[in-house]
Amino acid sequence: MKILGFIIQKEFKQIFRNKGMLPIIFVMPIVQLLILSNAATFDIKNIKFSYIDHDHTPTSRALIEQFDASTYFNVVTDFPSENKAQSAMLKGDVDVVLEIPNHFERNLVKGKNIPLGVTINAIDGAAAGVENVYITQILQRFNKAIQLNVFQPTNALSKPVNILTIPSFWYNKTLNYKTYMVPGILVLLVTMITLFLSGMNIVREKEIGTLEQINVTPIRKREFIIGKLFPFWVLGLAILSIGLIIAKFVFNVPIVGNLGLMYLYTSIYILVILGIGLFISNFTDTQQQAMFISWFFMVIFILMSGLFTPIESMPKWAQLITEFNPIKYFVEVMRMVMLKGSLLNDILPQLLKTLLYAFVMNGLAVWKYRKTT
Amino acid sequence: MERVIEVESLTKKFGAFTAVDSISFHVKKGEIFGFLGANGAGKTTAMKMLIGISHPTSGKATVAGFDVFTEAESIKKNIGYMSQKFALYDDLTVKENITFYGGIYGLSRAKIKIKTQQLIEELGLEDIANNMVGSLPLGWKQKLAFSVALLHNPKIVFLDEPTGGVDPITRRQFWEMIYKTANQGTTIFVTTHYMDEAEYCDRVSIMVNGNIEALDTPKNLKKQFSAHSMNDVFLKLARG
Repeated sequence: MKILGFIIQKEFKQIFRNKGMLPIIFVMPIVQLLILSNAATFDIKNIKFSYIDHDHTPTSRALIEQFDASTYFNVVTDFPSENKAQSAMLKGDVDVVLEIPNHFERNLVKGKNIPLGVTINAIDGAAAGVENVYITQILQRFNKAIQLNVFQPTNALSKPVNILTIPSFWYNKTLNYKTYMVPGILVLLVTMITLFLSGMNIVREKEIGTLEQINVTPIRKREFIIGKLFPFWVLGLAILSIGLIIAKFVFNVPIVGNLGLMYLYTSIYILVILGIGLFISNFTDTQQQAMFISWFFMVIFILMSGLFTPIESMPKWAQLITEFNPIKYFVEVMRMVMLKGSLLNDILPQLLKTLLYAFVMNGLAVWKYRKTT
Repeated sequence: MERVIEVESLTKKFGAFTAVDSISFHVKKGEIFGFLGANGAGKTTAMKMLIGISHPTSGKATVAGFDVFTEAESIKKNIGYMSQKFALYDDLTVKENITFYGGIYGLSRAKIKIKTQQLIEELGLEDIANNMVGSLPLGWKQKLAFSVALLHNPKIVFLDEPTGGVDPITRRQFWEMIYKTANQGTTIFVTTHYMDEAEYCDRVSIMVNGNIEALDTPKNLKKQFSAHSMNDVFLKLARG
């Protein structure tokens, strides 16, 4: 125990003396949280809308009006022909082209089905899907209004039935994407910083030659590793704290759940990440190698964490892989506790899996760490 | 005389390559034992087995009475080591380095304080005790590293090319420190490429291609190979 104190003291001194590292540890997460949380939005706005109007009637103009009035669409221009519209979309000048056919008004009044041509730039499939929904909504609303107008004089029986759905969104009432993203991005920051720092730390001592010196001392593996990792564990919790403060006071993210529960889970979670970092540093000889391998895992972990894409929509085999993704559990727990106010019972499955993961990773890492070659 | 290092048919193989080929020798207590050889002759590999950071392939060896195969951690309590790579932390001060290494050898804080004071006085580092080690000249760093390797009063100190790249005056001072340490009963096991330093050793072994080709006092070696200096002895052996 006494020896542990000397190692921890030394590590903290070195961390706080490293003028290049300190800003990365403390400033980078804040900047990232501020920028990413504002930028990583799923809202699609300012869609560049254009149209080809073959009809030129008050009704067709009224339809265009509807798009102009919407906050999602900017009516950019109208095209005389399909060719012109195509080349404009090719250049990226427009996202959506709506083609209104001849006799649109006449056929509408007659109650005929009218095919409208909608062309959407679908290079970003997710965005195209959202745009399609917006367009359909506007068209339906317009259609309903027309039908009411057209059918009013006839008898009450044929009056169209309006089915109104009133959605109620729980836990994030205003569908504020920041409420959804901030806890997730906070998770990423805590993970990245602790993984990179722990992964590179022991390798750094290999590089400068001090590790050989350490290995010649009677220090116990356990003491050395705990002494090395403890400072990063503290740093991880410090970053969580900074992040929570920003979430609360900058982004007004509701923190419904128990803070103690969040810290309890995070303190176990960081052990997993430190174990992975240590494991990586066992297999690498230079900080560069450690960095590349850490990045490799980081990218997979992030993309398969359910942070940006829902895990439910992944193929079965991919869902199986996500079971081994620690970030997935952290994202789940943070969103559950922060936004839903989940209790210990609710997050118990994640907590136990993470605990098991921590034991396995650190066990492997300590077992793999060798003082002799 | 008590033998503090005993080596018998010690061998290290890396795949098909035999780095150390069944060497046998012993080192007596308080001796300055020079361990010589050309680059790649197997010196460092042999030394790493003795200090417990490399597993021997076969053979037998005890250091300070402990078996290198089974009691490596006990060996580590009783030896000091200074590698050819500078092994103190550049981003810690002189005092902090002493505290850290004293700490991991299990010295108490009070003892470390006294030792630090002593050591800084002996080396004349009073003015720069709170400077980062990275800012010191190489010669001072090496002297400091040697002193740090002695902090826990080890029975044997292993020095791997301790004076590489150091100026002649500092080298001289360094060897004075070695003599003083040996006089106090500590055994010195030293590798070097400087043949004038080989002359200072009590006994010298010369390794060629993983074997010990010669082992005796510098005086006897010169006689044996009818050479004027250890340099000639070395050249005759290393060239084959």
